[in-house]
Amino acid sequence: MFKPLADPARRAVPVFVDGVETPAQEGETVAALLLRVPPHIARHTPVQETPRAPYCLMGVCFDCLATVDGETSVQTCLVEVRPGMRIERPRGKLRITA
Amino acid sequence: MREPDTIVIGAGTVGAAIAWGLARGGQQVLVLDGGDTDFRAARANFGLVWVQGKGPGMPAYQRLTRQSADLWPAFLRDLAEVSGGVQVDYERRGGIALTFGDTGHDQRRALIARLEAERLADDPASGATDIEMIDRRALQGLLPDLPLGATVSGASFCWRDGHVNPLHLLASLHAGFQRLGGDLRGNTRVSAIRPEAGGFAVTSDRGTWRAARVVIAAGIASPALARQLGLEVPIRAERGQVLVTQRIAPVLPYPCSGLRQTADGTIMIGATKENVGEDVSTSVRASGWLARKTVDISPDFARLQLVRHWSGLRSLSPDGCPVYVQSADHPGAFVAGCHSGVTLAAVHAARLAPAIASGTLSPAFDPFHNRRFHVQAAS
Repeated sequence: MFKPLADPARRAVPVFVDGVETPAQEGETVAALLLRVPPHIARHTPVQETPRAPYCLMGVCFDCLATVDGETSVQTCLVEVRPGMRIERPRGKLRITA
Repeated sequence: MREPDTIVIGAGTVGAAIAWGLARGGQQVLVLDGGDTDFRAARANFGLVWVQGKGPGMPAYQRLTRQSADLWPAFLRDLAEVSGGVQVDYERRGGIALTFGDTGHDQRRALIARLEAERLADDPASGATDIEMIDRRALQGLLPDLPLGATVSGASFCWRDGHVNPLHLLASLHAGFQRLGGDLRGNTRVSAIRPEAGGFAVTSDRGTWRAARVVIAAGIASPALARQLGLEVPIRAERGQVLVTQRIAPVLPYPCSGLRQTADGTIMIGATKENVGEDVSTSVRASGWLARKTVDISPDFARLQLVRHWSGLRSLSPDGCPVYVQSADHPGAFVAGCHSGVTLAAVHAARLAPAIASGTLSPAFDPFHNRRFHVQAAS
C-alpha cells in the first residue's frame, strides 16, 4: 500500500491509533497516517458498517471521518498529527451516553 | 389517456395524497406539478404525524387530526401494497412534548386541559383523553438512554403521535398514484384556470388540459390560483429551519419536542417559525437557537456533529388550521391547503378525496371553509 517518501528531516511523532502506539511523521495529516496503517481505513459507516478509506484528501468527500482526541467525525485529512494524539476509527453508530 | 376526471394542481404531500385517494377510488387523475426549484414544504418537512397540542379554539381540527392519525396505519398498508412497498419508516409509539420549569409544566397542563374541554364540548362521544402529563421522573423512565437537562420539568405524552420519513412518504404516494394509472407531470407550472362549460381548462407553460373537477393544492402558490376562481384563500409562507446531526445509536425512542431520531440514526432538530416571506436562506441565529434548545433537553447532545442545516417554507393559514373549500361560483373547483400535510395525509386520501369525487364536501369539512377568514366573520 502507501509508504512515505524518505525525508530524514522529518521527526517521528508518537500517536495512538485505536489505543495502539503508532509512529507518525511530523507534518503529515491523520488521514495520511491512516492510509499507511493496516487495514488502511478511517472508519466503518454507521448504518451499513462498510469500510471507508480517506479518498479526496482535500476536505471535500467526508470519507476520512474518525474520532480524534474524543471529537467525533473529524475530517482527518484536514488535521495534522500531534504528539500523543488519540485516533479512533469508529465502527457502527456513535453512542453519546456511556 | 382519456380526459381526466380531475386535475390536481400540486404534487406535494397534500396534492399527492388527494390524487392518490382519487385514483384509489377509480378516478382518472392528472397531477400537474411545478419545477424542482419551486418552494416545497414537502421536501423540507420534519415528518411528524402529530396530534397533541393542535387546534385550540378549533375542535374540528382536533377531530380531523385524531381521525387522520388513526387512519394512518390502514392508509399506509394500502399505499405500501400498491406502491410496491417503499419503506417509509413509520412509527407510532407516542410522542413527547417536554416542559421546562414549573411554569412551563403548568402552562402545558392548562393547554391540554383546554383542548380536552373544547373537544368534549364539541363531541362528548369523542372518547377518552390520549394525553397524559408526566413528571420528570416518569419522563426519564421513558428516555432511559438520555440524561435530561437540569431545567426539564416533565412532559405531556400522547399515544396517538408518531413519525415517518416524509420524503419516502412523498415518493411512495407518487409511485402508488402512478401504478394506479395516474398521470403525474413535473415541471409543469399552472398559470391559468378557466371555468368553461362542463368543467375547467387548466393552462400551463406546457399546454392546456380539461376536466370536470380541479383541485388546487399548490401550497403557497394556491392563493393566486384560487383567486382566478373568485376564492380568497389567505395562505402564506412560514419559514422553518431544521438541523440534522450525524447518525448515532438509538437514544430517542419517541419524537420529542422538535427532536426525532430517524431510522438511520440521525437526530432531526426542528424547527423555527419565521414570517420572512419567500426566503429560504438559513441563518446562524436559527442554528444557534436550535442547538441551544437541544442541549437544554440533554447536555449529551453537545457531542454531536451537525451534518445539515436547511430551510423550507410551510404554508400557513391565519389560524393555523387547514382550508378545504369548494367554489360556490364554480362548483367542481376545490382548494385544499394545510400546515400538517404529513399528519393529514391519511384523512386527505381516505376522506377528503372521496368527498371531492362525490362533488360535495361533507359537513365534517365545513368548519375549514375559508369563509371563517372573511372580515365580516371576524368582526
